[in-house]
Amino acid sequence: MIELPDRTEPRVGLQSRGNRHHLGSTRSQNDFRSRSPSSALSIPSSTTSFSGSDKRSVLRPFPMSHGTTTLGFIFQGGVIAAADTRASAGGLVACPAVHKITPLHSHLVVTSSGSGADCMLWERILAREIRLYQLRHKRRLSIRGTAKLLSFMLQSTRITQTGSTDYGPKLIYVCSDGARLQGDVFSVGSGSPYAYGVLDRDLKWNLSVPEAVSLAREAVFRATHRDAYSGNNVDLFHITAQGWHQRKREDLKEEYYRKIEEIRHTNESG
Amino acid sequence: MEYLIGIQGPDFVLVAADNVAASSIIQMKHDYDKMFKLSEKILLLCVGEAGDTVQFAEYIQKNVQLYKMRNGYELSPSAAANFTRKNLADYLRSRTPYHVNLLLAGYDDADGPGLFYMDHLSSLAKAPFAAHGYGAYLTLSILDRYYKPDLTQDEAMDLLKKCIEELNRRFILNLPSFSVRVIDKNGIQELQKVTVGAAK
Repeated sequence: MIELPDRTEPRVGLQSRGNRHHLGSTRSQNDFRSRSPSSALSIPSSTTSFSGSDKRSVLRPFPMSHGTTTLGFIFQGGVIAAADTRASAGGLVACPAVHKITPLHSHLVVTSSGSGADCMLWERILAREIRLYQLRHKRRLSIRGTAKLLSFMLQSTRITQTGSTDYGPKLIYVCSDGARLQGDVFSVGSGSPYAYGVLDRDLKWNLSVPEAVSLAREAVFRATHRDAYSGNNVDLFHITAQGWHQRKREDLKEEYYRKIEEIRHTNESG
Repeated sequence: MEYLIGIQGPDFVLVAADNVAASSIIQMKHDYDKMFKLSEKILLLCVGEAGDTVQFAEYIQKNVQLYKMRNGYELSPSAAANFTRKNLADYLRSRTPYHVNLLLAGYDDADGPGLFYMDHLSSLAKAPFAAHGYGAYLTLSILDRYYKPDLTQDEAMDLLKKCIEELNRRFILNLPSFSVRVIDKNGIQELQKVTVGAAK
C-alpha cells in the first residue's frame, strides 16, 4: 500500500475519498486565522485570532459524509459544472435530493464536496464576502481573488469553484488544506476517479454545448453507478458570458434503464 | 511523491521540480509549478502538505518583497534562507506547524551562487547539490558519483537528466514532466521542461 505522503494527521476533508468515518482531528472552524504571523506582513487585518480553539477533534453523533461526485470543465462554450445529489451518512442515504452546486452570483458557481454543513456555511460566508467586496470596490472580485479568499477561510471541506468573468471561463479547485489549483477539468469526491475515466477520454475544447452537457451527465452517471456514496439525480450548470443556466435535474435511474434498453436492443438486432 | 533537485555550479544554480499536483491517488494537474520567485535572483522550491506549501511560500515571498520595499535593496540568498528557516522554526513548536520541505536557490553578486536545503523540522544546510522527496533516495548517489564543483551548465543539465532517467526507471510513481530553471548573474532563466521521452 502506498503510504500517502506528508499527511501527518487525518483531516475531515479527506472523506471525499468515500471514507465514511468522519471522526478525526480537525482544526476547529474558529482558528482559520490563528496563524497570525510574528513578523512583517499580516494577512487581512479584518481577521481576529481565536486563541481558545485547538486541534482536538469535534465528536459527531454519527458519521457525516458527503460522498459525492462533482465535476467541472471548461470548453469553447463556457464552463460546465455537474454533481450528483446524494448525501450519505455512513451507509444511509440521508437525503437523495441535495443541492451540491450553488450559484454565488450571476457568473460564479461553487460545487461542494465534503461535510455538507460546513460547505453550506462557507458558501454563505463567501457569498457575503464577495458581495461586500463588490459594494465597497464597485467591481466584482475576480475568480482567482474569490478562490484565494475561500482558501483562507476553509478548514474542513473541499470545494470546487467555477465561473466566468470578463476574462473568460475559469475553473479553480480549492481544497480544505488551503491548496488552490487552476485548471481545465477537475472532479472531486468519492466518485471522482470514475468520472475522470470518462472525462479524460472524450473531453476536447471543441465540444458543442449539447455534447459537453451529455459528456458531463455521462461522467456523473458512470461515477454514480460504481460509487455507492453518489447517486440519485444529476444537477448540471452551464456558465457562459451571459451568466449561469441550470438544466433540469435528471434522475439517473431513467438514464440507467435507457442504457439497459439500448443494450438489449442492440443485442436483439445484432 | 514530489521531487525537487538542485545542483550548484561555480557561477550558477540549476533547479528542477516535478509538475504533478496530486490529491491522494489522483493527479489533479500535470503542469503545476512548484517554484516561487522570491526576488530577481532567488527561487524557493516548496513541497509538502497541500495547503501549507503555497501558504508558507507566498508568505515568505511577500515578506522578502516587503524587505526590498522598506530598505531599498534585496535580501541575499543566505539571508533569505535564514529568514525562511527562522519562520519555519517559530511555527514548528506552535499549534500549527507548516509541514514543508524546501530548496532555496539564489545568486548573490558578492558571494556567488548558493543552494540551501531545508526540511520540515527547519534544519538548514548549504549544499552543492540536494534533493527532496522519495526520488532523492534514488538520485543522491548519482549526484554523489558524478558531481564536480566546477561543472558547466551543460554538464549540470546532463546530470539532471541522468537523475530523471533513474526516476523513470525505478521510481514507482509516474512523474512525466519537470520544470527546470537556472539562476546565474543574469537572473532566473526558465529552460525547457524535461519530459519522459527526452530524458533518454
